Amino acid sequence: MSIIFIEIFLGLKKYIPYKYNGGDRVIKKEMIAMLLAGGQGSRLGVLTADVAKPAVAFGGKYRIIDFPLSNCINSGVDTVGVLTQYQPLRLNTHIGIGIPWDLDRNVGGVSILPPYEKSNSSEWYTGTANAIYQNMKYMEYYNPEYVLILGGDHIYKMDYEVMLDFHKASKADVTLATIPVPMEEASRFGVVITDESKRILEFEEKPEHPRSNLASMGIYIFSWPVLRDSLLKLKDQPSCDFGKHIIPYCYEQGKRIFAYEYNGYWKDVGTLGSYWQANMELIDLIPIFNLYEEFWKIYTKSDNITPQYISGNAVIDKAIIGEGAEIFGEVHNSVIGSGVHIAPGAIVRDSIIMTDAEIGSNTVVDKSIIAEKVKIGSSCVLGTGKDVPNKIKPDVYSFGLVTIGEDSIVPDNVQIGKNTAISGVTDISDYPGGILESGETLIKVGEKI
Amino acid sequence: MRAIGIVLAGGNSSRMKELSNKRAVAAMPIAGGYRSIDFVLSSMSNSHIQKVAVYTQYNAKSLNEHLNSSKWWDFGRKQGGLYIFTPTTTPNNSYWYRGTADAIAQNLDFLKNSHEPYVVIASGDGIYKLDYAKVLEYHIAKKADFTVVTANIQGQDDPSRFGVIKTDSDGRVTDFEEKPISAEGYQVSAGIYIVRRRQLIELIEKSVEEERYDFVKDILIRYKGIKRVYAYPIDTYWSNISSVESYFSTNMDFLKDDVRNYFFKQYPNVYSKVQDLPPAKYNNGSSVKNSLVSSGCIINGNVEGSILFKNVYVGNNCSIKNSIILNDVYIGDNTHIENCIMESRDTIRANSDYKGENGEIKIIVEKNERYAL
Repeated sequence: MSIIFIEIFLGLKKYIPYKYNGGDRVIKKEMIAMLLAGGQGSRLGVLTADVAKPAVAFGGKYRIIDFPLSNCINSGVDTVGVLTQYQPLRLNTHIGIGIPWDLDRNVGGVSILPPYEKSNSSEWYTGTANAIYQNMKYMEYYNPEYVLILGGDHIYKMDYEVMLDFHKASKADVTLATIPVPMEEASRFGVVITDESKRILEFEEKPEHPRSNLASMGIYIFSWPVLRDSLLKLKDQPSCDFGKHIIPYCYEQGKRIFAYEYNGYWKDVGTLGSYWQANMELIDLIPIFNLYEEFWKIYTKSDNITPQYISGNAVIDKAIIGEGAEIFGEVHNSVIGSGVHIAPGAIVRDSIIMTDAEIGSNTVVDKSIIAEKVKIGSSCVLGTGKDVPNKIKPDVYSFGLVTIGEDSIVPDNVQIGKNTAISGVTDISDYPGGILESGETLIKVGEKI
Repeated sequence: MRAIGIVLAGGNSSRMKELSNKRAVAAMPIAGGYRSIDFVLSSMSNSHIQKVAVYTQYNAKSLNEHLNSSKWWDFGRKQGGLYIFTPTTTPNNSYWYRGTADAIAQNLDFLKNSHEPYVVIASGDGIYKLDYAKVLEYHIAKKADFTVVTANIQGQDDPSRFGVIKTDSDGRVTDFEEKPISAEGYQVSAGIYIVRRRQLIELIEKSVEEERYDFVKDILIRYKGIKRVYAYPIDTYWSNISSVESYFSTNMDFLKDDVRNYFFKQYPNVYSKVQDLPPAKYNNGSSVKNSLVSSGCIINGNVEGSILFKNVYVGNNCSIKNSIILNDVYIGDNTHIENCIMESRDTIRANSDYKGENGEIKIIVEKNERYAL
């Protein structure tokens, strides 16, 4: 040892300090997903009073977030960060450590990423891109080549791996998933104009006279260095958003932005009308969106695994019914969740009844959305009367629907009109003359059980 | 709980007729979504038994598939876990399990390496919920060497296929006769036993040395005079499914409100493997009355007083009455089925007619030719 020391001292050998190179076993994921699940979804009205939109029940036993999560694992994406902010409790208990989606992994798996306090600046997630920026460390940890950005408010089955193949083949920096929409509806969307190789030449946000019908789905694949640089460059942008800031920035920088065309079923469930519609489509004889295929299963957390019981006097035609439901009355053209109890003499038509709700005897329910654990008394009539617009939020409570929020209680013998909303524990004194007229809203805050 | 669990699930029963060709009795599907062994495993899990061994031998494919993960019953823990012991050849042994005692003997290390003082032994073909901790309390209070859980099956089943037990006023077993030709009384062994672990090891070693291999016949009954054997009567629902008739009636019991509420709505729960199937779908023209329907079913025809297991497809204008349709059955249009048990994965061609006559339950086994249709 002393000889080496003398050799270095005499300048015969170069001094090379020992440096640990981290070894070869560094964590490496080709693509990780960041799922934006923090939004309230205020257009779903009382349905999202207590839960974030991605946690709203769908199709008898699922929640909306089950669709992107199942897509991830079915596409081989096994590292998913779920960014939560608005009312995350239901999401947290639903996702847990990701067991239902096989996302409980030694390395990767699902992680819930709420906003957190930092030593210098602490803030909420102010925009979609800002939320991703605040979780830079999470992404860096997995050392990805690509990052997939997803939203939690659509019903669809999509293979993200195919989209990644397209991204690689196009040598793209950013790829947007797009879907062809009818030309006359294209003005409601952000559309992209591409060249023959699908490289995006121009963006148009809700154009009056659309020149293309390829609408952006809000699903992006970024090459990690591009995403990283853009987020760092725009870190001081207030309410930094992918659609408004990051994509335009990449475009200005001359990055290669491509449009991947998706041609399957894709349904926005952002409004009560589209939410109701998407549920009703599941009941069709051969639904466009088929849950009964062996391939591409949709996974969810099932607390209830018991079979459903249909009594001797029950009548069911056209319905899907979840596990453990008990039907003693009539069900027509409806989606019935797990553990729902429909008492003798009750009639449910064109409605969505979510998990563990109870419908009293001889109650008639027409075109209603009844959230989880709601109790409707007996001999009530829901969805009756004239189709008058809602007085407070005509753009939210429309489509002639009755919407009743989670844990609400509706007493016996009341009549409820169309375009109405109810939330909280109500008693007969809340219904003048036993009636809630069409267009009324009955929200009793702070009285929830 | 200070006990480990042993589930004896190796058995076959000729009384199950064709139904046991496909699977061990413990893997028989029950009440739409469960398998028989779920009830004992759930009871053990709910009694906080953390370490459970399942002994399988006869046709264990379905059973092993069902037990592929221990997480459904919450046994996937660092302490304890779910062990599955199928017969293996070793330098000292090249036999199958020659009996229940032999099965325990061949895996005696499991008992020797455990530290819990008691062992709960239960068969995999009982349908019940039971808190074994209460049985253990009784066992300790009576200073018993063995406690046998007993059930009264008057008006429910034929006692001559069980072990018939008589007790004195204290509950001590005075007479224990296995499968008597003519049974006196309806108090039968439920196939659930509690014994101190060291005592079990000692008796098993001794009886295997004497080439006696049956736990009930060669240990319980043989030692009933010397050892303190006590009976713990179960007063809630209990049923054994090891014959076609009792399998059928046990399933049909779940159409009754009280039985369904007891198992499905009252704490504690019965757990089973989760299969991620979509909700059941009722199309136009379907009519379902007084039936249990499981997830994944698609119904177009008429179903009455029946139990449909998972993933059953019922075609147009079918009529299914008083029958059990096991999982993954496809029933073509215009088919009539009455008083039948339809084996799983059957494919029934359109316009077929099956009927169990004269109070007999007909078992239907057809090929799975779905892809040829």
